[in-house]
Amino acid sequence: MRRDPDRFWNPYLGGVALGLVLLATLVVMGKGLGASSANFRAGVWAVRAIAPEHVASTPALSWVARDRHPLDDWIVLEVLGVAIGGALGAITSGRFGREVLRGPTMGAGGRLVLAVGGGALMGFAARLARGCTSGQALSGGAVMSVGAWAFMLSVFAGGYAMAWFVRRQWR
Amino acid sequence: MTTFPFESLSGEHRDIGLAVGVAIGIAFGFVLERSGFGRAQKLVGQFYGTDMTVLKVMFTAIATAMLGLVVLSSAGVLDLGAVQAFYPTYLWPMVAGGAALGAGFVMAGYCPGTSIVAAASGKLDGAATVLGVVVGSLAYAEAEPLLRPFLRAGELGTYTLSRMLGLPAGAVVALVAGVAVGAFLAAERIERWLSSTAARTSAAP
Repeated sequence: MRRDPDRFWNPYLGGVALGLVLLATLVVMGKGLGASSANFRAGVWAVRAIAPEHVASTPALSWVARDRHPLDDWIVLEVLGVAIGGALGAITSGRFGREVLRGPTMGAGGRLVLAVGGGALMGFAARLARGCTSGQALSGGAVMSVGAWAFMLSVFAGGYAMAWFVRRQWR
Repeated sequence: MTTFPFESLSGEHRDIGLAVGVAIGIAFGFVLERSGFGRAQKLVGQFYGTDMTVLKVMFTAIATAMLGLVVLSSAGVLDLGAVQAFYPTYLWPMVAGGAALGAGFVMAGYCPGTSIVAAASGKLDGAATVLGVVVGSLAYAEAEPLLRPFLRAGELGTYTLSRMLGLPAGAVVALVAGVAVGAFLAAERIERWLSSTAARTSAAP
């Protein structure tokens, strides 16, 4: 089979596949998919290595490190799986390779700064909203949570509001 | 008969539960990658109207999972209420967090989950996003005491679309599917319109 990096699954079939993965997760694990809390746990693990007393004295950090190791949680293993599955998908489709994805007029340095900044904003926002696009919008949306739907509509609104300001990095 | 979800993350089943977590993650990551979600341009195209893949994949996934939940729940295989209890509504932090996450999404080019896929595919901007999410979530923990009064704003408990709309779960699925189909038709139209406009603009001297 020829590999074509510009060839993707049909979005509706991809959506059905994603929906079935989510459904299987809800049935077997009793809760849905997630992502951002794995980053948070990794962060707490790093902070604890440098400043254990700070973690102990900050309630919003200590709750993931109290009874177990901060990385000892199913979400960390799920995200490890996401990395393996993502790499498998990229390798088998010819999309694997070291690069900085950006528009032709955008410098790599500026793009990376925006990526860290955008990531930081999302990390903060995901804790505030009790989940990100995976844990709240997708999973909460599928179980019909009103809060998850409000979150999802707000994600689209926030994205459209910010799009004009960062348009240069994509073209 | 066992009613799902079983207690897969406690007691003697914990190790199996964690292994299943890796397997689920692999499937999740593979589907995201093959749908194009490991590439920033494919994702942010949603916010410029040029590529509505995010909307199509996400709404189809939600409708599929929702339909499956309702079917399994009415067959007595799954306790829908128990799953819903994991997703309580705190309206205002969710609205504010959603808007901020959307803004961060178009800045970074990824959401937190898709940035993992991008990083694992060798995309350095994806890895930078993963790092940013770590930093931001730690910053949140530092700011949390100041935010505490806001965190319970609009607390509604387990508040579902069925309860809000006064409709049975099956009717909510039909409604969501209907809205999704309408959104897909509109998305296909916007994509066609914008790509023909772009073609005209680039064809001009």
